[in-house]
Amino acid sequence: MGLFRSAVNKIRKGLSRTREAFSGGLRGLLFGKTLSEELIDEIEIYLITADVGVKTSTEIIESLRTEFRTGRVSRGEDAIDYLKQQLKSRWSDVDRSLAVATKKPTVILVAGINGAGKTTSVAKIAKSLRDEGRSVLLAAADTFRAGAVEQLAIWSDRLGVEMIRGATGADPASVVYDATDAAIARGVDVLLIDTAGRLHTQENLMRQLTKIRNVIGKKIPDGPHEVLLVLDATSGQNAVNQAKIFNEAIDITGIFLAKLDGTAKGGIILAIRETIDVPVKLVGVGETPDDVEPFDPDAFIDAMFDRGE
Amino acid sequence: MFENLSDRFNNAFRNLSGRGRITEDNVRDAMREVRTALLEADVHLDVVKEFCDEVQRDALGQEVTKSLKPSQEMIGIVHKRLVDLMGPATGEGDTPIMMVDPGPTVIMMSGLQGSGKTTTCGKLAAYLKKRGKNVMVAAADLQRPAAVDQLRIVVEQVQNEAKGNARVEFYGEPDKCAEYGKAVGVAVQVCQRALREARQQKMDVLILDTAGRLHINNELMGELDAVNRAINPHQIFLVVDAMIGQDAVNSAKAFHERLAIDGVILTKFDSDTRGGAALSVKKITGAPIKFLGVGEKIDALEAFHPERMASRILGMGDVVSLVEKAQQEVSEEEAEKMAEKMSKGKLTMDDFLKQLRSIRRMGPMKQLLGMLPGVGSALKDVNVDDKQLDQLEGIVNSMTAEERDDIKLLNKSRTRRVAKGSGTQTSDVGRLTKQFEMIQKMTKQMSGSGMMGKMKAMKEMSKGDASMMPGMEGMKGLPGFGSGRASTKTKSHKSRFKPRKKRK
Repeated sequence: MGLFRSAVNKIRKGLSRTREAFSGGLRGLLFGKTLSEELIDEIEIYLITADVGVKTSTEIIESLRTEFRTGRVSRGEDAIDYLKQQLKSRWSDVDRSLAVATKKPTVILVAGINGAGKTTSVAKIAKSLRDEGRSVLLAAADTFRAGAVEQLAIWSDRLGVEMIRGATGADPASVVYDATDAAIARGVDVLLIDTAGRLHTQENLMRQLTKIRNVIGKKIPDGPHEVLLVLDATSGQNAVNQAKIFNEAIDITGIFLAKLDGTAKGGIILAIRETIDVPVKLVGVGETPDDVEPFDPDAFIDAMFDRGE
Repeated sequence: MFENLSDRFNNAFRNLSGRGRITEDNVRDAMREVRTALLEADVHLDVVKEFCDEVQRDALGQEVTKSLKPSQEMIGIVHKRLVDLMGPATGEGDTPIMMVDPGPTVIMMSGLQGSGKTTTCGKLAAYLKKRGKNVMVAAADLQRPAAVDQLRIVVEQVQNEAKGNARVEFYGEPDKCAEYGKAVGVAVQVCQRALREARQQKMDVLILDTAGRLHINNELMGELDAVNRAINPHQIFLVVDAMIGQDAVNSAKAFHERLAIDGVILTKFDSDTRGGAALSVKKITGAPIKFLGVGEKIDALEAFHPERMASRILGMGDVVSLVEKAQQEVSEEEAEKMAEKMSKGKLTMDDFLKQLRSIRRMGPMKQLLGMLPGVGSALKDVNVDDKQLDQLEGIVNSMTAEERDDIKLLNKSRTRRVAKGSGTQTSDVGRLTKQFEMIQKMTKQMSGSGMMGKMKAMKEMSKGDASMMPGMEGMKGLPGFGSGRASTKTKSHKSRFKPRKKRK
């Protein structure tokens, strides 16, 4: 639906570090070279240091090795093309835009572990939607963490977007219940719900999240229309468990990959893809509410290999 | 896929038992497994490489002790290396927080966004309060919206809820906050004023909570630099998310180069991450790991133990932590009393309920089981239902005091009443009483190694004697456990053999 206009340049900016760190090496390493077993080992190292994970890296590398040994891939450039195509093929062509309800309001539920960047990401989504002329209602359902409601309230002020808040310590499901009512009554386009950070190992808190999802479903039969897991791009292999367990609790419909503006390469999303088939929809590339972009798998993978401009 | 290194090694060495010596050939396979295990635990590749080279050097030519398989010998070498690299334990060789006189001792917290600095500030304040230190916590995060509010609330929590009588104060200038990037540099003055205030109020410690920042953000890293120069904190801690991946080395390096880190605090350790970042960060900064953040509560700050960390990175379970949890829940005295009752066959339903509750206080069953080596992977996909335990509690609670004292009183009509009261079926109640009678019989027969005996045995084990622990096959080959290296605690022979005296 084009919620976010494609802005490839910006995503490139965010990913340029991926590019520098990754391929100041990788392309430099392979360009103009004849492929060898040692070079293939080097490529594996690049994948692993990007958090792609041992299993996925090994699979990709072994297939490259086979191609090399049978003589189908022999030049460095061919290896790059082969790898790109291999990586890209892991992501199916799916619709990465945010879902829209046939009948107002569209409900977007945002969840994730502590410190992943949920509230900032919510602010970014809210701003993009507002800028597109949609009316947005925020729900501050993080009634647990000190200052969380205030944090979202500041964003609500800055962005000029209304917000429903719950008292500290209130049942977040009840806040969501009220927020859903308010969203219907006010006839807003989008209800955007920020939840408390929780570790996926805390079963009771994961059940609470399931409850929140169910509450929405009761009020709005086909809701929530979008369930986003905010994932820290610096995450290591544990993020696979995270994604799996959050998915079991609330059926994620998309991943918001936050903090991709650091030196971390976010390769973990390749490892996650092996466990659950949920598209990465958005990436966070900075601190301001404008620093959000649609996820573009080609740009992401190209950035892993191409030289920085 | 192999769940832990022991399995991997057993596989790599499957055909080597009895050959007696670790050679270059068989070590290569094993090292590949070590490499994979460490990488999957998020240890940085460079660190892994160096580590593997060292281990290989250590291992080559080592005589394999007769009683051990080569695989176990290898795990021992790997484990020991890891411990050496990550040590020392909290408080070993230095105090976790070095205090200066005259005060205030100034501690600066730093780290990436979302690593858990603010929460950790609160935990540190609670830790110090408990030890009688007056603490001021200053909000120097003027970037993130409501960060100042968050810290103020956290500090109030410490004031009201944390143990100890010392003073805990908050210092903040909420009016200095601005949109991101617009208040850079203001933090320096806020910190200076906080220090002045802390001196005036004769605080022992001043903790500075700085804003989270990316290590490549020059402007904000410069701000940290400026605070460092202006305040000259006595200790600078780097707060690191235990779930961080390979990039941990880049950020740790950048923070360390700018600030010369004195200590590391690993957060979110109550997740199921293997926490390999601990090794990477230690290697990069050389700074000791001071604490682990293990929960949302204000007192969820634990000391760091390299042995446990090594076991966790290698995926070997965490028996020592389990034992410690047990120790927290069951006092020595209580355990003695229980053992006495058991030996006489006088265990009552009340005792059973008490035990059930103390076990449950230790955490969800699944989490507890996960701490046992071998069991963790076996139960990976099994859903251990805590609800069944709720049901058990319900049944026992529906019994009268007399019935709980003497389970034999439960005739048909009483059983029906109990079932009704607990919302269960009479068959459920019957099953429980039957099981309980069996437990009674068993404990009488083997009082020393019954449930409490086991608890006691576990206690002993944590003090370095694993041979006391029956029925835990998975542990035999584990280094650090069987060899008495599991804990730095020591205990006299006399007390170690106490439970045996109880046997009649």
